[in-house]
Amino acid sequence: MKAAETAPLLNKSAHQAVAKKQGHFIRSLKKYKWLLLMTLPGVVYLFINNYIPMYGVILAFKNLNYAKGIWGSDWVGLDNFKFLFNSDTAYVITRNTFLYNFAFIILNLVLALFVALTINEIKDKVISRFYQSTFLLPHIISMVVVAYLVYSFLNAESGLVNRLLVKWFHVDPISWYSEAGYWPYILIIVNAWKNVGYLSIIYFASIIGIDKEFYEAATIDGASKWKQMTRITLPLIAPIITTMTLLSVSGILRSDFGLFYQVPMNTGALIPTTNTIDTFVYRAMISSGDIGMSAAAGFYQSAACFVLILVANAAVRRVNKQDALF
Amino acid sequence: MQQKNIFSTSMIHLFFWLFTIVSLIPFALIFMVSITDEDSIAMNGYSLFPSKISFAAYTFLFNDFSEIAKAYGVTMITTVIGTAVSLLITALFAYPLSRSGLPFRRTLSFYIFFTMLFSGGMVPWYMTYVNMFDMKNTLLSMIIPNLLLSAFNVLLMRSFFANSIPESVVESATIDGASEIMIFFKIVVPLSLPIMATIGLFNTLSYWNDWYNCMLFIDKPELYNIQYLMTKTLTNIQYLIMKSSSSAQAGDLLAKMPRETVRMALAIVGIAPLLFAYPFFQKYYISGITSGAVKG
Repeated sequence: MKAAETAPLLNKSAHQAVAKKQGHFIRSLKKYKWLLLMTLPGVVYLFINNYIPMYGVILAFKNLNYAKGIWGSDWVGLDNFKFLFNSDTAYVITRNTFLYNFAFIILNLVLALFVALTINEIKDKVISRFYQSTFLLPHIISMVVVAYLVYSFLNAESGLVNRLLVKWFHVDPISWYSEAGYWPYILIIVNAWKNVGYLSIIYFASIIGIDKEFYEAATIDGASKWKQMTRITLPLIAPIITTMTLLSVSGILRSDFGLFYQVPMNTGALIPTTNTIDTFVYRAMISSGDIGMSAAAGFYQSAACFVLILVANAAVRRVNKQDALF
Repeated sequence: MQQKNIFSTSMIHLFFWLFTIVSLIPFALIFMVSITDEDSIAMNGYSLFPSKISFAAYTFLFNDFSEIAKAYGVTMITTVIGTAVSLLITALFAYPLSRSGLPFRRTLSFYIFFTMLFSGGMVPWYMTYVNMFDMKNTLLSMIIPNLLLSAFNVLLMRSFFANSIPESVVESATIDGASEIMIFFKIVVPLSLPIMATIGLFNTLSYWNDWYNCMLFIDKPELYNIQYLMTKTLTNIQYLIMKSSSSAQAGDLLAKMPRETVRMALAIVGIAPLLFAYPFFQKYYISGITSGAVKG
């Protein structure tokens, strides 16, 4: 009896709570309506630029027929993926993308840390600024310009490298743009040239942020510069190193399209060592018109990257929660 | 001890001088090639110290400048419009996200963040713009796809707003009866000029340097931007002439063209504005990168 009486009462108060909450919600919607409206252009833009294409991944499971359009084309299940993975290509482009990025991550990290730690030793602000702005210059130019710069070194007839090879070492000139074997080294160097300056400035910024008292105390205790670097600086910038490396590792199957397309000047002879997933997707779509295969490779890349970023993030969370991205 | 210090300091400076030279020498090389005499290149190849200097390449380029001027026009229009609109949309999106009371705040943040985690890939993205929005061969295709809004920039700006605009300022303006739109344009934007400059600079660079959208969406040579004109000319130096002259003229011009040097002169003409502007904006660029790094 008592229970039956109290139940509606409880219900009533629950209703009141819900109503109050709804009222509150509607009031805050009203209060913030202009602010919500401000986000609209961005929301619409991301919907068009990112979310519609996400839905478009179904293309990978279809045989695109222009007459029927994207939505009307016939489903082909996993046929596109079968074609892709039955050929050598899927293996080659995955290997290339992975190995290049692996080399980039390690080399750039080591060089950038070295530069950041070294520039921190320069006390003259003006000179330090001068160095920073010159080695950042390669980062702001487009890959087209980089391609020109590389061409001026490697062009077979008159390039600087061949000329010096002949003049100083009396070696036969090398036809760089037709020998695929050299390109892994060339692209690793070009990538480092373009990005090490940028990365080192990020690391340098976090080094400056370290409290000077640590170093003062260490100097009083008689710690050498080397000891200070390895025992104070490096451990204290470890979080940013972890985050940056995590970001690059999760993108290990994405490649810088410009680097692999522009710098080798889209040369057929260099494709075996310069083809990555991104250049493959582009060439399959534009040059051979093979939309299904191209979409399949693109989807394979997106899905793999998505898994990688979740795994990498979970790994970092495990080690140190604060450094995780989300 | 003192001696050791001097030694290590000079080693550090030596290292950075080398690094500076490595960073700058490629630019010096293409500049020197562009002012070398064509015959001297045929004999000695490219050199940082040409045996004979000639400005023939530049004379050749400026003789028929229309192609380059058109490409520069396209680049400037897309850069100016793109940067302005992009900055506006980014700020409009980032500011509400920095206000703690905003309904759907978490949903909206996730909506942005998820685009950084997963993408549909190039093919469906390309199809969306070409088939749904019919953007092939339009100036819009060099402004809108991918370049207009960067999730990363939105998050960067949001943390600036959250850290530098005191809620009390906004509150007191509200009490005084200012609308949210007024508060944004009259109070928030003027207080946020540093981040506006940074994001504006990032945007300008990404529009100025873009060739990818042009390569994908533009078939008509009159709509090429400067970066894509440079791409075309790198692989095929005749391209410059073929497009602008009749076939009879073209043969004549081709024979006279100092090919190697013209290519590099075009590269110099293409990057000159950026190189000249760099000393003036490098300070903001560096502090922009730095602020991104610290917020992480």
